[in-house]
Amino acid sequence: MSKKHHLAMNVNGDDYEFLCETHQSLLDVLRDELMLTGTKEGCATGDCGACSVTLDGRLACSCLVLAVECEGAKIGTIEGMARGDVLHPLQRNFLELNGLQCGICTPGILIAARSLLERNPDPSETEIRYWLAGNLCRCTGYDKIIRSVQAAAKEMRGA
Amino acid sequence: MSELRYEAPASLKAAAALLAKEKGLAKILAGGTDVIVQMETDLIEPELLVDIKKIAVLRKITAEKGGFRIGAAVSGMEMMEHAALCKSWPGVLDGVKLIGSIQVKARATVAGNLCNGSPAADSVPPMITAGAVARIVGPKKTREVPVEEIPLSPGKTNLAKGEIIESFFLPKRPKNSGDAYERFTPRTEMDIAVVGVAINLTLDADGVCTAARVCLGAVAPTVIVSKECAAALVGTKVDQAALDKLAAAASAACRPIDDKRGTIEFRTKVAGVLARRVAVKALERARRIA
Ligand code: FES
Ligand code: FES
Repeated sequence: MSKKHHLAMNVNGDDYEFLCETHQSLLDVLRDELMLTGTKEGCATGDCGACSVTLDGRLACSCLVLAVECEGAKIGTIEGMARGDVLHPLQRNFLELNGLQCGICTPGILIAARSLLERNPDPSETEIRYWLAGNLCRCTGYDKIIRSVQAAAKEMRGA
Repeated sequence: MSELRYEAPASLKAAAALLAKEKGLAKILAGGTDVIVQMETDLIEPELLVDIKKIAVLRKITAEKGGFRIGAAVSGMEMMEHAALCKSWPGVLDGVKLIGSIQVKARATVAGNLCNGSPAADSVPPMITAGAVARIVGPKKTREVPVEEIPLSPGKTNLAKGEIIESFFLPKRPKNSGDAYERFTPRTEMDIAVVGVAINLTLDADGVCTAARVCLGAVAPTVIVSKECAAALVGTKVDQAALDKLAAAASAACRPIDDKRGTIEFRTKVAGVLARRVAVKALERARRIA
């Protein structure tokens, strides 16, 4: 099947043009066409959150969006989170506080957590847990994820 | 397999025309949180997707006649961020907030929740008790249809080929009114209702209920609007006796199935328990929202 849509979008501040088919999800395009494989696929049906990205500033599952819907969109993925070698406070706190084990859920959780902290710099534990309810983790039992987000939030507030 | 085509028309007329003339399976793509999953899991194999998100009128919430008009492509998160809507219709928002994760709500729409045709859809019972009316645009005519008339059976709606929901109208709120929706699920989040109950009621100056609408979800092939439940509340101060009658009426109205998420017996009992809780919540809101 020929790739029939010629699209442009901006990912993490960089402009991309690519060809894709109608059925390809944003996740497929990020991983297979743009080679940005930091965004993970856990289920492809919107249940796990591993594919979380921001789409025009909103947290979304990239497996639930078709690439053709993203013409001209601004996408944020995990690749845009660190500034060169300098990790984002969320990334650093996840490392220091063991907010990850196997790591497959981590890119999605970091993107989701960043989106929460942009809206609410001082979320309660309950707010964090509800906001991250769409991100499944098989390994950590969630507690260390919550602690890592809390620590990063505190640091980012300069508290 | 024929090739899947994608269209993103700029007008409703063009969208309706595309849907009407398509020979194969055509699907409306709004949030995509059901359609894309159904494609991914091979439940459907459409030949045409008509993306309605480029149609400007479908993307707006506007004030109208003291109420609100909500475009069919407005996402759950956009509704949750609309302060006036949240204040006026907290029960509708109870339902919207329960539709999947934040990620899903960023895309999912109430129109999609309705048109997917699940009797367990969380936003449908409170939209019905709110008296929401859908404006449906077709290739030939536009019709206004109360939301409760749209679901016909699981997965089926009364929309004809080529018809699209343009928007919903939520009427002006009478004084001292409150609505609420709750559901029972084994997990707190990210689950499908085993039973859902929505209630919308209005009190007079003495706190007597003058109007009520009660809708039960997930306990029959479609959502149920129960006149008996409403009758248990109207004319009372929503006291214990009224709540007992309401709970009995809610259980009696159920025609549930046994499935892995709940037995008939359990669903019937829980419908009564939830109805009571939801009535109390709606009552508290009615007292607060002057
Ligand atoms: S891969 Fe998108 S939610 Fe699981
Ligand atoms: S660290 Fe393994 S799934 Fe979360």
